[in-house]
Amino acid sequence: MEEIQSLMQGFAIALSFKNLLLMFTGVILGVIIGVLPGLGGANGVAILLPLTFSMAQTPGGTTSAIILLSCIYWGALFGGAITSILFNIPGEPWSVATTFDGYPLAQNGRAGEALTAAFTSSFVGALVAVVVITFLSPVVAKFALEFGPPEFFSVYLLTFCAFVGMSKEPPFKTLASMMLGFALAAVGTDPVTGTLRLTFGSTHLLVGFDFLVAVIGLFGIGEILLTLEEGLAFKGTSARINLRVVLDTWRELPKYWATSIRSSVVGCFMGIVPGGATPASFMSYGVARRFSKDGEQFGTGKLEGVIAPETAAHAAGTSALLPMLTLGVPGSPTAAVLLGGLLIWGLQPGPLLFIEQKEFVWGLIASMYLGNIAGLIVVLTCVPLFAAILRIPFAVIAPVIMVICAIGAYTVHNSMFDVWMMVVFGIAGYVFKKLGYPLAPLVLAIVLGDRAEASFRQAMLVSQGDMTIFFSNALVGSLTGLAMFLLVWPLLSLLIARMRGD
Amino acid sequence: MKIKIAKCVRVAAGAVALATASMAHAWEPARTVEFVVPAGTGGGADQMARVIQGIIAKNNLMKQSMVVVNKGGGAGAEGFLDLKSAKGDPHKIIITLSNLFTTPLATGVPFNWRDLTPVKMMALDQFILWVNAAKPYKSAKEYIDDAKKSPGKFKMAGTGSKQEDQIITVAIESKTGAKFIYIPFKGGGDVAVQLVGNHVESTVNNPIEAVAQWRAGKLRPLCVFDPKRIPYKNKVTDTMSWSDIPTCKEGGLDVDYLMLRGIFMAGGVTPDQVQYYVDLLRKVQATPDWKDFMEKGAFNATSLEGKEYADWVAREEARHIGLMKAANFIAK
Repeated sequence: MEEIQSLMQGFAIALSFKNLLLMFTGVILGVIIGVLPGLGGANGVAILLPLTFSMAQTPGGTTSAIILLSCIYWGALFGGAITSILFNIPGEPWSVATTFDGYPLAQNGRAGEALTAAFTSSFVGALVAVVVITFLSPVVAKFALEFGPPEFFSVYLLTFCAFVGMSKEPPFKTLASMMLGFALAAVGTDPVTGTLRLTFGSTHLLVGFDFLVAVIGLFGIGEILLTLEEGLAFKGTSARINLRVVLDTWRELPKYWATSIRSSVVGCFMGIVPGGATPASFMSYGVARRFSKDGEQFGTGKLEGVIAPETAAHAAGTSALLPMLTLGVPGSPTAAVLLGGLLIWGLQPGPLLFIEQKEFVWGLIASMYLGNIAGLIVVLTCVPLFAAILRIPFAVIAPVIMVICAIGAYTVHNSMFDVWMMVVFGIAGYVFKKLGYPLAPLVLAIVLGDRAEASFRQAMLVSQGDMTIFFSNALVGSLTGLAMFLLVWPLLSLLIARMRGD
Repeated sequence: MKIKIAKCVRVAAGAVALATASMAHAWEPARTVEFVVPAGTGGGADQMARVIQGIIAKNNLMKQSMVVVNKGGGAGAEGFLDLKSAKGDPHKIIITLSNLFTTPLATGVPFNWRDLTPVKMMALDQFILWVNAAKPYKSAKEYIDDAKKSPGKFKMAGTGSKQEDQIITVAIESKTGAKFIYIPFKGGGDVAVQLVGNHVESTVNNPIEAVAQWRAGKLRPLCVFDPKRIPYKNKVTDTMSWSDIPTCKEGGLDVDYLMLRGIFMAGGVTPDQVQYYVDLLRKVQATPDWKDFMEKGAFNATSLEGKEYADWVAREEARHIGLMKAANFIAK
């Protein structure tokens, strides 16, 4: 196998002392970036990009540079889960779905288990994705070329449909919440005509509602308001804080192998397409809930509900580097910054990169294996530390969280307006919870609403308004068909149950 | 140890450079300079800004540090309004693309380039007409003739809406009578892949956005929208260099369009402050790294300063108003 030989050479490059040091530095920086809401992986990589210029000038330096930057990326992927589980504040968009079961777990005093499950499944997802990249990159790169506007829309549709019906709230409340999300996503610039809409003449609304501001408010501030009402104390202070919890959780994880496999497949698919890590995590959560034996209990603190989104997010985040390397199309915002880096260092991503820059590519792939191992070691040893944060009295930690949230919201666009928006979203989040409206569909719609809209309208331009374009070939037809099937599945299963009962 | 010594030497060299630099200037930045990019990360403007930032940092051209900030919301209006409201602030510069003209015209956002102070044109970015290499078209004429035969069937993918790619498309339509369906995408990379995947018939990608696919034999350049050929003669593919691509005018398609990659400051700054950045950017342009970057991206390396630059921008604004009026893109 030629791949294995190349990979071994890659390991030889990546395993130098300097590169290992860069790996751990990158991962630790990445975890910090992932923990702080607002300072996303893309920003973190962009800030450090100039540092790599002189690094890239030395022989073999481009490999070192990409190792540093991609390890920040892995670190951010790991780190996003921490605040989601402990405080219900997703540090990164792809960890929103992790809050659904991760936070209840923490409240039940099982923060250590939730964190261990999240980190371990992230690692598994990444590993599967790297193996795919190692052995299947030429095939997979060709597959990504099949995706035009109708295919992209059908993928987003599939994400929405896999998600609808998963919330325990009445379907109309879910729909109302999702529609509000679509409306918020529509504010700003119209992707097809380029004109401004729903801004009411305000220059602040020009940029639309950033997903992060909404999430920090809805989840973070909303949660603190609820806790205030319920007696100023964190639940889950009884979390075990020793390393035994890691081993105990590991013993339990193999039970969920099916969920892991499904989530890895969903994640790799979404990363390559490239749909990105965020839809991957949502879709995977929805799918896991459908197929799980105790799907009904999702949302109350099931380990599976943490494993599914984390595996998929990391698999997607990792495999998103493949279209970037082979096609020059970034699968995520962070990959977009890395792509800019490659160009500045004088490398040309594209079909020839694997031939012309063999050393660089295989060094990078080898560093994906090693970087994720480094990441896992770093975050797992810190599990007790993270879990111990919950023992700090609420009166001390709540103001700290508020300040971090405010800084996070401010960082998104360097604007005070966003901080006020965060407060408004916080109050809205509190009211939503009180009235029993689910927040997740709202968030999903804000994240994917504009992308789904752009793909749909591009497809309509291509077909000149003919809807049959969504069934025009086997690929798009089966995606749309699957979406429709998932949408009516609750009705179908009800019907089947009725017939059996009769 | 070795690294440490090297670092010390570099710091010392930097200090010397700075000492000489500071003597030469009547004004210099007192704190971190913010370099605003009115577009998202990873695009052409962003890349150029980060190259400039990298060259400045690597060669110690400035005592203070420089940070690149992306403010791409509202087709760049976010970044331009930020500079407009920073009147008199010498610690902010902005790199522009054609949205300097197109965004206020298409959206009605209250902003004009005269709210800013022109510093220096760094280069002009080229546009090339690309088709999938599997298609039989060898020249712009063949392609346009075929497009004319089935009006409203040929799809042109481009970056953004009512911006440079769509303006060129409309200009081709009005010159030739062909009719395209213009489909806007988010970034140049997406556009190139849509063409490789045969989802559209053609694009007007910048060279840097499509060069990798060209070298891999997936795309074919038909003509460049510059009145003169690109000067770079080094082979890019096995058989062709950038200068082998005919101009569109040679190919019978009389359309030309170049995009400004220029630097501006906020309004109300002093001539000394402007001169500082002009000198700084001249030093950037003198580095081999910059020359390398120009060739890799097949840029038109025209560079203007002072009144010449301001006059050029004014002419270009008038041209854009004409083009956008003809295309009916102006906000009411």
